[in-house]
Amino acid sequence: MDAAEMNKPTPPLLQTHSIVKRYPGVLALDHVDFQLNDGEVHCLVGENGAGKTTLMHILSGAIAPDDGKILINGNEVHITSPRTAQGLRIGIIHQDQKLVPELTVAENIFLGNEPGLNPWPFIKTAEMHRMSRQWIAQIGENIAIDLPVRLLSTAQRQIVEIAKALSQQARIFILDEPTAPLTARETQTLFSLLKKLRSEGVGIIYISHRLEEIFEIGDRVTVLRDGKVVSTADIRDVGRPELIRWMVGRPLQEEFPVRRATLRKEVLRLEHVWSGNLKDISLTVHQGEILGLAGLVGAGRTELAGAIFGARRRDRGTMVFNKNEFNPRSPREAIDAGMGLLPEDRNRFGLIPEMNIRENISLANLQALASGFFLSPRKEHEAAVEYSQRLSIKPTDVSAPVQTLSGGNRQKVILARWLFTGSRLFLFDEPTAGIDVGAKHEIYEIMNQLAQDGCGILMISSELPELLGMCDRIMVMCEGAIAGVLSKEEATQEKILALATPPAKEASDAA
Amino acid sequence: MQRKGHVSRNISVLSELGIGIALTFEIILFAVLSPYFLTADNLLNVSLQTSISAIIAIGMTFVILTAGIDLSVGSLVALAGIVTTATLKVGLPPGLSLPLAMLTGLLAGGCSGMFAGFLITKFRITPFIVTLALMTIWRGLSFVVTEGRPVWDLPPEFSLIASVRLAGIPVPTLVMLAAFLIAHVTLTRTRFGRYVYAVGGNTEAARLAGINTQKVLVTVYVISGVLTACSAILLAARVNSGQPNAGIMYELDAIAAVVVGGTSLFGGKGSVVGTLIGSFLIGVLRNGLNLLNVESYVQQVVVGLVILLAVMIDQLRQQGGSRP
Repeated sequence: MDAAEMNKPTPPLLQTHSIVKRYPGVLALDHVDFQLNDGEVHCLVGENGAGKTTLMHILSGAIAPDDGKILINGNEVHITSPRTAQGLRIGIIHQDQKLVPELTVAENIFLGNEPGLNPWPFIKTAEMHRMSRQWIAQIGENIAIDLPVRLLSTAQRQIVEIAKALSQQARIFILDEPTAPLTARETQTLFSLLKKLRSEGVGIIYISHRLEEIFEIGDRVTVLRDGKVVSTADIRDVGRPELIRWMVGRPLQEEFPVRRATLRKEVLRLEHVWSGNLKDISLTVHQGEILGLAGLVGAGRTELAGAIFGARRRDRGTMVFNKNEFNPRSPREAIDAGMGLLPEDRNRFGLIPEMNIRENISLANLQALASGFFLSPRKEHEAAVEYSQRLSIKPTDVSAPVQTLSGGNRQKVILARWLFTGSRLFLFDEPTAGIDVGAKHEIYEIMNQLAQDGCGILMISSELPELLGMCDRIMVMCEGAIAGVLSKEEATQEKILALATPPAKEASDAA
Repeated sequence: MQRKGHVSRNISVLSELGIGIALTFEIILFAVLSPYFLTADNLLNVSLQTSISAIIAIGMTFVILTAGIDLSVGSLVALAGIVTTATLKVGLPPGLSLPLAMLTGLLAGGCSGMFAGFLITKFRITPFIVTLALMTIWRGLSFVVTEGRPVWDLPPEFSLIASVRLAGIPVPTLVMLAAFLIAHVTLTRTRFGRYVYAVGGNTEAARLAGINTQKVLVTVYVISGVLTACSAILLAARVNSGQPNAGIMYELDAIAAVVVGGTSLFGGKGSVVGTLIGSFLIGVLRNGLNLLNVESYVQQVVVGLVILLAVMIDQLRQQGGSRP
């Protein structure tokens, strides 16, 4: 108990004082001071590697700081494990959700805190169910608490995580990129829940890349760059350009670089393609064109990209690629014909985590690196260096493991892979998901360059401003079918959303 | 900036270094404790004894690199040995009989691997279950076809395979070295080797990069089966018979050697260099304990402890400072 702190009128709910965390070769957090009051949403922003996640891990007890103090209500605390964080009523909503898929909603909410009569090992199931129902209801949601979590949507799982934190009486909520997997509507639901929690005096640390959200939900914002606090400000006092400048450290040019679209020959045509839940898809992509693909999560956009790429079976319909009828039965055939898929979840579907930059770039085109029966290390090195320089991948050392790369550079590695195979059609699935503001711009410029070089691009995105800014045409999908196509001129956020939203029948069909 | 093909797996290079140091330490220890240990005779003996399990472990490395496991190898040692020795007894002329017998033995191993790979890829049964089932099936089959009796009375040339020396080195040792070299070059320098790492590191990403992941998986089990059959033939030649109870627990020895050698059971990381050193770490330990007249039951305990210790050190080193 720090006497000096006790004398102050009301100490902040949470305060960090001069937190330092070192990793080999980097100072991840450099004397970070941060304050959170009760009843506020304090946004934490910064590019990848700025230290947001490290700070969150320290507050959640996952890692220990090398130096500095943490105070809760003015009292110094030592958060040595996730368990102590829980005891201090800190609730974390993780980016990659930490729920057990096979356990039910109720079991997940009470995991580790099962109600029972100590020392007996039995769980009071009825009570657990009653209390779970109560927590879910308090949030104002309607989720069956005896369903296994794996059957829930991403948004519903997030609700379960929040209920779990509430059930542990959390007063400090930390949310790491909570809206990344959510649709616009689900995001609004989450925001109204956060506002409700705030009005009940909970303090919320909100980490996000999406600046629009920060202006919508935040009270204050703290910007981290290279492990240092650049600035803390009232959200009303800052503008978007200022915030970006703080994050990036330099002013940013216009968000979406201009491109002169010169439509040329058709690259890809789909005629009445059916596959799984995809219904009667017809589309064309031209050389030099970026065709946007909008829709809610689950509308079938990723599945469509998979079907074009030969990763999913097509049941019916014709596909024409470079003027020839083309029916790839495997990604290999699609790659050989000149397609490249850049999946949304780059870590799960794009990269081999144990391999380095060079090996990840060369993976799809090893046949070009043969010298006799063997791979030629020299040729591989040269190819990797060539493409990584062309995309200015950092670090420049191609033998660096991909796990050390930022999101933007990981995306570039996968792109380099397809440049090396000579792709002419690029299927980008959420190309900037989880990528910093600065790196986003770079990805946009690369996409424009590809289009100007005469490649065709299919761009799936849930960020409407990005689609509106980048695409020549935007195709909107809804429930596996094409709901409409909008030209660049006629497209607006409202029109896209209207097309993307399924016609109202039964309102909510949760399970 | 010129770099060699395999340098990137720098983590495993480090872990090979660690295990290499452990082996060196072990050799020095036994050299001090027993004057006989460092004699040429004994060293050749160690290499001969280690070769049987090391050859299996080299095949196992391919499987484990894809995040799989092959529990059938021990029983396959018995079955492939019996197939080989039974072929010898068919009564063909000696010049034809010996190559044919070895071929059928290897074929048996390859078929077993192909069958396992087929079940794993087409029916999506986990490798653990598939090879566990094959383990009991092959063992049972070995007893059924021989009615529980060893296959004896083999042509005298057969046992020469294991006893003859070329340039002073026993044939099993040479086979082990050849298997090691081919495996090492395959893993580090060929497309297939790269695919093995890719499939083990991230199967779905590998598939989307155009790799025929099923083919890679089937192939690693075939490699494991064929190398196991190699070992089986050498073992049968050494004991000059086909024994239905040969190779019991060999799968565990092989897995231990691979894991001690720094290959991750989660796949995508490791090397046969580590596996070879791991095999020798265990082989030298057994030999040294024998020389020191340590009782065989105590030996088992010591070997187990050393395996634990090696893997623990590896874990601690890889975690660095971070708290789990």
